[in-house]
Amino acid sequence: MPNIDLSIKLCNIRLNNPTILASGILGTTKALLKRVAENSAGAVTIKSISVEPREGHKNPTVITFEAGMLNAVGYSNPGVEAAAREFTDLQDVGVPVIASVIGTQKEDFVRVVEGISGLEFSAIEIPLSCPHTPGFGLLAGQGTPQATFEITSAVRRATSLPIFVKLSPNITEICNIAKAAEDAGANAITAVNSMGPGMIINIEAQKPILSFKVGGVTGDALRPIAVRCVYDLYKAIKIPIIGVGGISTGRHAIEMIMAGASVVGIGTGVYYRGVDVFRKVCEEMTQWMQENGFSNINSIVGGAHD
Amino acid sequence: MIEQPMMVKICDIIEESSTVKTFFFESNMQFEPGQFVMVWIPLLDEKPFTISYIQNNIFGISVLKRGLFTNALHAKKIGGTIGIRGPYGRGFSLQTNSNLCVIGGGIGMASLSAVIDRLNLTLKVHQGNVTVIQGTRTSAEIIYQKRFKNMNLCTEDGSVGFKGTTVKLFGELLKKQRFKQVFACGPEMMLYKVVELCREYCIECEVSLDRYIKCGFGICGQCDCSGHRVCIDGPVFNMEELSRMEDFGKTIMTKTGERVIY
Repeated sequence: MPNIDLSIKLCNIRLNNPTILASGILGTTKALLKRVAENSAGAVTIKSISVEPREGHKNPTVITFEAGMLNAVGYSNPGVEAAAREFTDLQDVGVPVIASVIGTQKEDFVRVVEGISGLEFSAIEIPLSCPHTPGFGLLAGQGTPQATFEITSAVRRATSLPIFVKLSPNITEICNIAKAAEDAGANAITAVNSMGPGMIINIEAQKPILSFKVGGVTGDALRPIAVRCVYDLYKAIKIPIIGVGGISTGRHAIEMIMAGASVVGIGTGVYYRGVDVFRKVCEEMTQWMQENGFSNINSIVGGAHD
Repeated sequence: MIEQPMMVKICDIIEESSTVKTFFFESNMQFEPGQFVMVWIPLLDEKPFTISYIQNNIFGISVLKRGLFTNALHAKKIGGTIGIRGPYGRGFSLQTNSNLCVIGGGIGMASLSAVIDRLNLTLKVHQGNVTVIQGTRTSAEIIYQKRFKNMNLCTEDGSVGFKGTTVKLFGELLKKQRFKQVFACGPEMMLYKVVELCREYCIECEVSLDRYIKCGFGICGQCDCSGHRVCIDGPVFNMEELSRMEDFGKTIMTKTGERVIY
């Protein structure tokens, strides 16, 4: 029986295992981050922070369906000042904490990054790909190679921390956007954000259920698309990939890593399997590696490529 | 389970007080006292309401008229429809058999009414007794007067019953009565003081917390209380859990997700 090593280095950040809490799930308080860390996540990402406080969309903001989840939370967050008070002494969390930073223009990204610069975040993630919040992401034109290059460059000048750029699965030229991020100094690509947007209508009410009517699709429905995006990106860029989209089991995680991800993000999986989904995924990965003769997770990265 | 609202017809409405109405609907959901549903009014909003009546396939929610959403609910008539999803959360654990005290402050009484119903049923077997304390600001706000006999009422203005808060009345009762377990729901400062009293008198206690709830199934993080998700880990917590929740009685989360001190 080989001794299984799940630890991995991502942009010089040492992780005990390759599971990361994806942004937008449970990342509202330091106490919840700590709880996720206690459930074996290798790293955690906070819920995205903007310059000003935002209430987000009205409810319903999150619903599920047979193949996943639909959400349009609308980036509710307390704003950078309150967030800077919430996320102090991050070493208490016990694992690396990634800040997710959003803005309607590149100056906003910089202001948020500067506002949290004194804290102990291990990396900055910039999602340029939200499909359901006016003023942000895709709805603000941030999902083009040029906008991605400009925003990433601005953030690059504002921080020495690793920068992860989170991309949309919607865009066929995802590799061009990833290259633009890489050229601008990004240290990793997070692939992917939710897809769509999609819509679910309650036929008795004769109305879309989400208050914003449309929302990003995650969960099982997203997984094959996310795996394909990561597979394509692995060939196109040199920087590491954080694979996100529909991962809730060890097999899913192995699949994503074989496509080319160095680590995996888990979000909707918390709904499918609870807060301890991270522990379960790690145990299942370990078991699979034992059964299949792998001892080191690094040796699987990109294993599905010719 | 798929977390989507189902449209249900309102089959009856009771006016409980000048500001509280109970809306009844038929459903084959299985509820435990203390659990809640998310109620959806299309194009408007969706909010959590605890189940206040559990009778075979008929359920009720008691709604205090307070803002835009509850005003719209109060305007609904019998035959009107609302969206329901749930049930959500962990309810009260009703294992104790005698000398129970139920303390409801304001609309918090709604969450406890299903507990009282369930306790009265089981206590016929166990020969115990249930003491009910209901407190409001004034007499017009008292609910369930016909439903529950012999409630210990208190009002802040003294217009009915004991003049003072539920905590004060509970403190008075403790001088002459022993309780094994307390169930409470109401404003968080009230709950905090009830728990303090229970600790002092070595009484088991469970309280139902109120937070701004979005998803209802434990993923959005909006209802956090010291790492506990009120929607799925709660809303009912016991004393041992509460003792590890620093935010209990101290901070509340706003709609933006900011933790602010009371």
